[in-house]
Amino acid sequence: MGLNAKNKKARSKERAAKILIWSAAVSVMAVLFFIVVYILVKGLPVVSIGFLTEIPSNMGRSGGISSTIVGTVLITLVAVAIAAPFGIGTAFYLAEYTRESIVTRIIRFCAESLAGIPSIVYGLFGFIFFVIYLGFGYSVLSGGLTLAFMILPTIIRTSEEAIKTVPNIYREVSMSLGASKWQTIYKVVFPSALRGIANGIVLSIGRSIAETAAVIYTAGSVLRMPSSMFSSSRTMAVHFFILASEGISMENAFGTAALLVILIFFINVVVNMLVNRFIAKGR
Amino acid sequence: MDYKIKIEAFKFFYGREQVINGIDLNIPKNGIFSLLGPAKSGITTMLRAVNRLSDIVPGARMEGSILLDGKNINDADVNVAELRRRVGIVFDVPAPLPMSVYENVAFGPKLLKKGKAEIRALVEESLQTAALWDDVKDRLNTPAQSLSGGQQQRLCIARVLALKPEVILLDRPCSGLDPISTAKIEESLIQLKELYTIVIAPHNVQQAVRISDRAAFMLSGDLIEEGANTEIFSNPVHKRTSDYITGRFG
Amino acid sequence: MSKYVFFILALSSISALALITIFIISRGAPIIGEVGFFDFVFGMTWAPGRGEYGIFPMIVGSVTVTLGAAALGVPIGICCSIFMTEFAPAALRNFFRPAIQLLAGIPSVVYGFWGLIFIVPLIREYLGGPGLSILAGAVILAIMILPTVISITEVSILALPPEYKAGAMALGLNHWQAIKTVLLPAAKSGIVAAVILGIGRAIGETMAVIMVLGNAVALPQSILDPVRTLTTNIGIEMGYASGTQSQALFATGIVLFAVIMLLNAAAQFITRKK
Repeated sequence: MGLNAKNKKARSKERAAKILIWSAAVSVMAVLFFIVVYILVKGLPVVSIGFLTEIPSNMGRSGGISSTIVGTVLITLVAVAIAAPFGIGTAFYLAEYTRESIVTRIIRFCAESLAGIPSIVYGLFGFIFFVIYLGFGYSVLSGGLTLAFMILPTIIRTSEEAIKTVPNIYREVSMSLGASKWQTIYKVVFPSALRGIANGIVLSIGRSIAETAAVIYTAGSVLRMPSSMFSSSRTMAVHFFILASEGISMENAFGTAALLVILIFFINVVVNMLVNRFIAKGR
Repeated sequence: MDYKIKIEAFKFFYGREQVINGIDLNIPKNGIFSLLGPAKSGITTMLRAVNRLSDIVPGARMEGSILLDGKNINDADVNVAELRRRVGIVFDVPAPLPMSVYENVAFGPKLLKKGKAEIRALVEESLQTAALWDDVKDRLNTPAQSLSGGQQQRLCIARVLALKPEVILLDRPCSGLDPISTAKIEESLIQLKELYTIVIAPHNVQQAVRISDRAAFMLSGDLIEEGANTEIFSNPVHKRTSDYITGRFG
Repeated sequence: MSKYVFFILALSSISALALITIFIISRGAPIIGEVGFFDFVFGMTWAPGRGEYGIFPMIVGSVTVTLGAAALGVPIGICCSIFMTEFAPAALRNFFRPAIQLLAGIPSVVYGFWGLIFIVPLIREYLGGPGLSILAGAVILAIMILPTVISITEVSILALPPEYKAGAMALGLNHWQAIKTVLLPAAKSGIVAAVILGIGRAIGETMAVIMVLGNAVALPQSILDPVRTLTTNIGIEMGYASGTQSQALFATGIVLFAVIMLLNAAAQFITRKK
């Protein structure tokens, strides 16, 4: 009798908890779905071939967004090209060349701290260091380098995790066949970890494209087509921010936002799927 | 007798833990030498010390010496990669590298920057000697992971043969395999012993009886006794050896 | 040989952090010295035109918006990770995970924009006030910290040995009791780290909240009042600031940087202790 009542109470509590948890999950999905659909419904009608290929005119009120697409691509390329070697190299050092020591702890602490620094602080730093101190001015180079600092910790962490999942027996086999440490890393560990490393780089590309605060005061907001690494350029995210916050053109803001959302979706989901497909694990 | 490997007063430590307590052992040239004993006897450690794979374990330390053809393998002037090519090892789990069948066997020769034709010939020869050629000759470019467990283990033997080693170490190479695959591997080993010095940790006493010329019994890091197949299995000196080979413990 | 090459590459994270620290501090510290640390941090007036630099209202803004975001986002986030690890059928889980990734990937400006055209009018209509408010910022940030909270909590729950749950249920606890009395306490340090990192993310967010907070430099009286945070202060005025005003923005950055570093260190300390 007593036990039964207790069981009943416990069971109704469990039911309540389950309902709460399910509703939290469903509402998060609903909000995500709502945001994405809202942006796409309002924005996609604006997107046309012209929108993609024309240079913005009249502050972005008319014309397309082609120069901001080019700016985004260039800045992201600079960021990844700089951050990837350093990040992957750091990951290999941490995972393959050292045991836990004071040095690795300091490196890890710095990497994790970098990961937590707000993007606006990266923006401040990029402005004072690249734009002013090194004299790169508002430019693709300044913006890309600032983003490189920002995505470095992501690349370090994802690469290190990928390297750690490579079974130790591979290293032993390779060494037992007469390979040096470096040959083992280059011929066995790196190919096996490539998929995870690539996922991390894709993630970083997504973050670079989505970033605003770190690039607006380093790459600037010039709407012209960038002609060199030293041209100031506006990224899609910055363009969207300026259009929306200054109320220049809600229509074009929605169009840009829709493209950004599609691009992010494409990169996070589709590209990662392709990476997983073509860089099969353990092959 | 002509000894290939001489182990003298050999001790091994992982950090503070001593796993081998000072053993002396002579392994003759060509033939199959079994190192048997229950788990935690120090056999895996012993095998890995012979090609200095134990170097890569952090905190590992050894005392005494291991001589290969009279030369101490831990001398400063020994090239470790070269030593590992002379002393190949096959692990207790089939461990193909994540690449094709061909690339697995060619891995060692490629490190030596041999010519393409030479490598190709070496791969074929090694696979044939390991009795795997007929199974895989039509799928050299498929991933090695797609082979069966027994085929994978023979691939690992072929991979070692491609190094043209002098000594082959095998650490319980048949532990996960079915009896047919085991028989095939044993057959290959018996053929190989004419040319190579084979040191094996057999996966049970019966296997040691079937294939070895000489055998040694190790227990908890000590060498209990060592002798020719006919003596040690039919007429062991120590009680613990006879208890082990008759299955009283282990 | 290769070891040294990798070691030099590995110094990049140390040098990056050092460069950032040095340049932000060297640019911002002089103005703090000029105004005085106490007057800078606790000063009530921010009037660059008159040379008055007090960031206390922004500190209050950052704290209130962040606490609001945590209060809304953390419980929902933890529920979501319990859902993913314990209740979701496999098919749903496989859909959920990339969806959360997408949530993390959407540019912050898009969230801000959505807040501006959807949340802000909603608040103005039903709760009163200008709509641009602490509440609007908290709602947007709550959504934005979800991926951080969910993924770290999920990882720490998944890292528990399966015997914990099996053992608890073998003792006659039902699923929810097992979660509440065994799994969540065992994953506590991970969950705390998740919350701290989520809070760090919320404090650091700039562009999304610029669009919904109203950005008034005054002490808010209610959650329906507009505020300015440390980050938005920098984001808004960087575009045209020069001279001492620009230095004051870097000084704001120093305060922000210090708070974030403390939070990071706390999160790292908690996760490492395990």
